[in-house]
Amino acid sequence: MIVAPIASAHRRWLPELATAAALIAAPPILSHLGFVPDTMSRILVLGLFGIGFDLLFGYTGLLSFGQAAFFGTGGFTAAYLLTRLGLSSVMLSLALGTLAAALCGAVVGLIALRRTGIYFAMITVAIAQVFFFLENSPLANFTGGENGLPGVPAPTFSLGFATLPIHSGWSMYGFIAACYFVGLLVARRIVQSPIGCILAAIRDNPLRAAAVGHDVHGYKLLIFVIAAAYSGLAGGLLGVLQGYMPPDAFSFDTSGQLVMQTVIGGAGTLYGPLVGAAVWLYLRDFLQESAGLGAQWKLVLGVIFVLLVCFLRRGIIGGLKDLITLAGRRPEGAVERSAGGGVPDGDGVPPAPARPPPPPPSMPPLPASNRTSGPILKASALSKRYGGLIANNDIHFAVEEGELRGVIGPNGAGKSTFFKMLTCEVAPTSGSIAFRGKDITGMQVTDVCQLGLTKSYQVSQLFTRLTVRENLTIAALASLRGKLRIDLLKSPARVRTLHSRVDGTLELVDLTERCDVPASALAYGEKRRLEIGLALATAPSLLLLDEPLAGMSPMERIETVKLLKSIAKGRTLIIIDHDMDSLFELTERITVLERGCVLAEGTPLEIKNNPVVQAAYLGPGSDP
Amino acid sequence: MLTWANLWSQVFNGLARGALLALISSGLTVIYGTLGVLNLAHGAMFMIGGYAGYVAFSYTGSFIAALLAGSGVVLAVGLVMERVVIRHFYDRPHEDQILVTFGLGICFVEIIRFFFGSLSRSMPPPARLSGITSLGFMVYPTYRIAVVAIVAVSLLAIYLILYRTRLGMIVRAGIEDSGMVDCLGIDVHRVFMVVFGIGSMAAGFAGIVNLPVAPITPDMGDSILVQAFVVIVIGGVGSYAGAVLGGLIAGEILSISSMIDPAYSYVALFAVMTLVLMVRPRGLLGAESRT
Repeated sequence: MIVAPIASAHRRWLPELATAAALIAAPPILSHLGFVPDTMSRILVLGLFGIGFDLLFGYTGLLSFGQAAFFGTGGFTAAYLLTRLGLSSVMLSLALGTLAAALCGAVVGLIALRRTGIYFAMITVAIAQVFFFLENSPLANFTGGENGLPGVPAPTFSLGFATLPIHSGWSMYGFIAACYFVGLLVARRIVQSPIGCILAAIRDNPLRAAAVGHDVHGYKLLIFVIAAAYSGLAGGLLGVLQGYMPPDAFSFDTSGQLVMQTVIGGAGTLYGPLVGAAVWLYLRDFLQESAGLGAQWKLVLGVIFVLLVCFLRRGIIGGLKDLITLAGRRPEGAVERSAGGGVPDGDGVPPAPARPPPPPPSMPPLPASNRTSGPILKASALSKRYGGLIANNDIHFAVEEGELRGVIGPNGAGKSTFFKMLTCEVAPTSGSIAFRGKDITGMQVTDVCQLGLTKSYQVSQLFTRLTVRENLTIAALASLRGKLRIDLLKSPARVRTLHSRVDGTLELVDLTERCDVPASALAYGEKRRLEIGLALATAPSLLLLDEPLAGMSPMERIETVKLLKSIAKGRTLIIIDHDMDSLFELTERITVLERGCVLAEGTPLEIKNNPVVQAAYLGPGSDP
Repeated sequence: MLTWANLWSQVFNGLARGALLALISSGLTVIYGTLGVLNLAHGAMFMIGGYAGYVAFSYTGSFIAALLAGSGVVLAVGLVMERVVIRHFYDRPHEDQILVTFGLGICFVEIIRFFFGSLSRSMPPPARLSGITSLGFMVYPTYRIAVVAIVAVSLLAIYLILYRTRLGMIVRAGIEDSGMVDCLGIDVHRVFMVVFGIGSMAAGFAGIVNLPVAPITPDMGDSILVQAFVVIVIGGVGSYAGAVLGGLIAGEILSISSMIDPAYSYVALFAVMTLVLMVRPRGLLGAESRT
């Protein structure tokens, strides 16, 4: 849903055009429903506030209960500049307010993003509360404390030949609608950019997103800052709209209301907060006045909210979408044509089309046989202890460029721990690892993957809610863009060789037919192939495979062995597995681990006839 | 004024406040540690306890009756809430659990507001515990000393129930692997329901004990909830001892710093939380957190 495979240009702009039309058409239509211009402007302000939050929560999965901090910061900065410092340009003040909020977002993000999940939610609540206290007393000289800042002026635009003053009412609506529209345009570009794709990956499986080479923390911080900037702009607009900056912009209620609006409207849609705000304000006015409920309107909304979370988690927009798909099920396959007709290139290696300036890290397989002198990977005296348990002890291990190495050993021999150390998922207790002569001991898994060393996992670690194509796109983007790049407004179609890389990998792991199926819907064997594909799409020069054959039927094993053989062309592979026959057939050399130590190393034939190895597998009956 | 007498009385204020925070936070952390659910309605439980106690007191005039009725009501609310809503959220993402408890918290606040209005209510301390006591070096309100004692006893009681009984053993096994406990033929859901009830009751009980100290309003739970968050971030999520330690630390910080400048007391608390996050992200006594 995020990496929409290049739809035709005019259809891609359809939502933007529809939004513009709706913003223009809203005043005459909604006034019949009893909305006054001020209410509609307020809905737009909250909708803009919500766009940032939706990027954070709906798209990246970070539930913050502290957005009021940035809403207030932006609002009070702009209002202070305009009322107390006498800055005349409203637009400049709004921009400075947005900047201030973004800066606060960066600082708060550095603290709050140290933890995820419930910790993150709790920390954002606590920090927002501090902002509230600061505004109320220590900074009361600047913010007016409990009185807020009155007298915020409305903007006036000079067109050269005439001035265009903004008053309350419809001209204010026009001004705020324009701001909202720009905010929406930017957000939609972000969502459709490569970064949007990575955000979805982070929401789905942050560990794997890091393992394929994305700087997860960096992207989280980026989106947190962006969300803060949106909040700041919305806060500034609130002051301009009301002519007054209210202190409760900082309150916990503001954050909570934002969350509720977004969930009511539908998270992960960008439009959800707007719809939610409209419903919220309409119901508030309706319940309070027409239904005569007075103060109980909030109880009704609370009940609605709980029911939505229980039964319609995707909110109003999500529910409508489901209804539409249910009503008009379009035949599938229409989408597949655009994807499958890619590049059938015979031997299944991702074709690398001639490109004048070759981007260095995106090196596809088949490297120009740069057989350097030393081994591609060298582990020296590697040990790992967990308390008293010694998982790996003094392992010396070297693999030559282009080699196909097998690693076997009885259960509990320390094979997986060994792999985790090689890919830097786990830091060794002692010893060192060198990749292409570079010491990588103690590096992050993300950086190691960027160097060209990655692993396919023993238990599939997929982006389950995304399609097969999106899965591979995420992995390919990591090697094509580097670990952190801020190309927020770029279209993925413009990432060079992305398409051919993804198509090539799809073909290699034989999932071209299934490219639009969500990863969660794949069969077991397909999931295993996608798992390998994820590692492959990062274009590694050294690929570690942790039990690629485990749990497969005999037929699937034959297919997978074939796949591994074709992958091995031009790559260095290290494979852990328990399937001896397949490993003996596949590999050139085999290392045997037992009780955390290297027991033997040699060609498959040597290993097969090694009495020590036989003893390790068959028990101490035939002691050497 | 910075005098020794002043400092001592603030230290004692901090102790009373910290003890209450510890009790509230222990309920929150036990629920999270066992069920994996962060209950954003926990502040509302504190508030409901206060109102239930207030009602019982206004009918009977007895502090003991207020304690019993308040605890009972909150226990019942917790049990029903788990059975009707929370149970269906164990398999859903943390975000959904947070959202639904947040929504329920708002409903609770608004229901109480519907019946009692927004005006604050208060209750005097029981006659035997009113007045002041001389501690030799200073005089101090008797009831606040009693608060510390009452909370200490209830913390110990919860600890014994959760860590020294058969129920406690099942609870701790359930924390490790609830599916396995289920397989052993123990109805782990019933145990979870009880834990949710007891955890909520801790907050409700604290709400009644707090009643003679501070007047109650329907939205008093919000700030308590935020403080409880800070407490368990400092102490370590899911750690019982961490909640107690964190509560006492938070109480002392809030009280002592407010002696210097009340405006900055919350800022000081937050600064300590940030420091803990920097130096020891999983909290002072926290084990590696689940997910």
